[in-house]
Amino acid sequence: MTQKQPPYKADKDNQDERAIPYTLGNLEAGEPCCIPKAHLQVQNLSVSYNNITVLDDVSLDIHKGCITALIGPSGCGKTSFLSALNKLTDLTASAEVKGSILFDTQNLVSDKIDVMALRRRIGMIFQQPNPFPLSIWRNLDLPLREHGFRNKSVRRKKIEKSLQDVGLWDEVKDRLQDSALALSGGQQQRLCIARALVLEPEILLMDEPCSALDPISSCVVEELILRLQGKYTVIIVTHNLAQARRIANYAAFFWMKERVGKLIEFGQCQHLFETPKDDLTAAYISGAKG
Amino acid sequence: MADQIFKAVILACTAFIGLVFLWILGEVVVKGISHLSFSFLFDAPVNSGRAGGIAPILVSTLMIIIVAVSVSVPLGLGVAVWLSEFTKQGQKFATSTRLTLDVLAGIPSIVYGLFGNAFFCIYLGLGFSILSGGLTLACMILPIFIRTCEMGLRTVNDSWRKGALALGMTRTAAIWHILLPSATPAIIAGLVLGIGRATAETAALIFTSGYVDRMPESFMDSGRALAVHIYDLSMNVTGGDHAAYATALTLIILIVFFNIMAQFMMDQWLGRKVLSS
Amino acid sequence: MALLKTSFLFLSSLKHQPDRTLSFFLAILAALSGLLLLLVILFLAKEAWPGLTNGGWRSFLTHKSWYPLEGMFGIFPMIWASLAMMFGAVLIAIPLGLSAAIVMRFYIPPTSLLAQAYRLILGLLAGIPSVVYGLWGLTVLVPLIGQLHPPGASLLAAILILALMILPTIALTALAALEAIPKTILSGAAALGMSQKGQILSVALPAARMGIIGGILLSMARALGETMAVLMVAGNVVQNPDSLFAPVRALTANIALEMAYATSFHRASLFASGLLLTFLVFLLSWFASRNMGNNHYG
Repeated sequence: MTQKQPPYKADKDNQDERAIPYTLGNLEAGEPCCIPKAHLQVQNLSVSYNNITVLDDVSLDIHKGCITALIGPSGCGKTSFLSALNKLTDLTASAEVKGSILFDTQNLVSDKIDVMALRRRIGMIFQQPNPFPLSIWRNLDLPLREHGFRNKSVRRKKIEKSLQDVGLWDEVKDRLQDSALALSGGQQQRLCIARALVLEPEILLMDEPCSALDPISSCVVEELILRLQGKYTVIIVTHNLAQARRIANYAAFFWMKERVGKLIEFGQCQHLFETPKDDLTAAYISGAKG
Repeated sequence: MADQIFKAVILACTAFIGLVFLWILGEVVVKGISHLSFSFLFDAPVNSGRAGGIAPILVSTLMIIIVAVSVSVPLGLGVAVWLSEFTKQGQKFATSTRLTLDVLAGIPSIVYGLFGNAFFCIYLGLGFSILSGGLTLACMILPIFIRTCEMGLRTVNDSWRKGALALGMTRTAAIWHILLPSATPAIIAGLVLGIGRATAETAALIFTSGYVDRMPESFMDSGRALAVHIYDLSMNVTGGDHAAYATALTLIILIVFFNIMAQFMMDQWLGRKVLSS
Repeated sequence: MALLKTSFLFLSSLKHQPDRTLSFFLAILAALSGLLLLLVILFLAKEAWPGLTNGGWRSFLTHKSWYPLEGMFGIFPMIWASLAMMFGAVLIAIPLGLSAAIVMRFYIPPTSLLAQAYRLILGLLAGIPSVVYGLWGLTVLVPLIGQLHPPGASLLAAILILALMILPTIALTALAALEAIPKTILSGAAALGMSQKGQILSVALPAARMGIIGGILLSMARALGETMAVLMVAGNVVQNPDSLFAPVRALTANIALEMAYATSFHRASLFASGLLLTFLVFLLSWFASRNMGNNHYG
């Protein structure tokens, strides 16, 4: 743990410690990336705000260790889907979630859940990087303290490792006490990812993590996400079809039907892009619709 | 042509206002400075204030402000946090609390004086004391302070709230570690506004903290505020005008000093917390 | 009971114990601060009660004037005096305040030294204690008016001082309202070939009228509730304000003058006039908040 690791190499070295069965997929060949084992089972999920349904009857399995991309036009309920998974829909008073989300024998929709513990296990990255207006160090330290890590040296190790995992350590190690808001957009987003990773979540939800970044930062973040594959289950909303194709193992295509978001097609990324079953999917990925 | 006349008229009005205000300020500064001295600030008033200084009155004023601030700030912060972080849009209890605060903010200060006299001085038996006066002023500045703090909290970047919750932090932690520090400029602004009102207040104090111009020995003593002193010197003491102007100048300097201090604190804070975004 | 019920419903949706504790604690603080209004009204009413019961209220309306020592408690002369001061002050302050706002918005660049100095002065004056205005009025303005028409301490002096005191409020709120007008509206008017005067009078002012009226109503409330400045310059003779140069006594000044020695019915009638004052000011601020579109809380 203490040994210094170069950026971007963190997860490979630590595979064995996590003991999660996975194999890195060969994206070009389009083979299954991992042993298909459902980490989250979503069944008949509907989300509505003020009694207006925005997402209707979605059922799909999120596989462990895989990257699942949610694609589709704006406003078809992808973000609502993500928020339902870590119960961030609670923030909106008028939101109502129906159906079931099975996670670890618990139903996230109906069971009494310790949301704080749940959100520790299911982290989230937002479109706009949102580092707290604190120092870089405090940004990672604060969530750890809040989750009861009293021992300072333990926190120190975790923070250092997490910053190394996102390749930020070498860039910021000399200015950990500086304001996180002084970082560039791409660095801020990687800091946010590090902040989520420091809690060692099992699942990471990403809501268009690259769309507010410049192309170069976007590339770096994309590469980082690719490296999370296998170790974390990643669900990523993206409008960038090429990006989805590059990084995802599975893809889900959402579309608005009669003003209600629906899941049109779900499957392995390569199949969805190369041999879509649905005409809508075919039209969307070829650029004819959307 | 009509355009020119219009422009000339409103420019003249504006200049006129500026000149009148400079006249007022100039009068206070010129007449005040001639009487203001080191000993004026550190001596007790002699002969009803015609001679001597204002030391006990300065001390009373500061004590009244201390009482008012130490009661209204914790209470006001709590209410502001509750209104902005724990209530939903359209929740009845919250809406009625806001309405109540708006009404309270509009009540004239002389009415607060009546209330303070009836409630603090007589009903609670605190008598004419610095404590009564300070508590009356606390009631008076509470609504403004809550309003400013709530505004400040509401303008805090919403993505920090979401980010904190998505990390599994409690709202309490988010408020304490992130939201309140980010809203500090607004909180300081509210504080300055409140202190400004409290320092300038006369009508609410005449019948609560009283007239006595001796050096107060405790918060239960009656004490005369600077503004009350100015009123008394100019209305009831013939030949007290110079001392009144000197006191007025002191009062204005005190208010400006509070403002500058707050600005300084805000700059420090901003310089430390938010480098750029 | 209704209050407790709603807050409980909300608490049940918070998921974490510390949050629930904090929310409960803060809700109690909020309830306390809300109760303050109740307390204020309760104590005003309690003290005013002896003056209102047993036909006491009738003496306020029927007696011709206010001589408490002779048992006369007619408050109308003071109500008229208060209203005359308020309207007089607003009549003077509106054109002057609007001029200042228009000049700062349209005629001098906001970044110029002059504009910034002017703003600074207005801000400073909005914060100057009313007793200082009173002092200036008493020692400078009253002697001036006295040369014109003795005694000097008069309705006119009160009107002028109040006008000065509310000017910064009117100017600053009007300026904020003018600055909030979208630029496109103004450039649209300019594109139609309107003169600058035309743009200001028939486009900008109407577009900003809600904010301007709200600011005026707020400053009227302030003028009505003002005590010290009025007390110091108006002369404090209880009589109907039939001349600008007549010394008059405002409702607020009356309370400040007589509270010190008032007892029993006299004291009660002072509290009653306090209640009346609160009610009038409340009406004004209510209109003001309706005009400003109730969007204080976004």
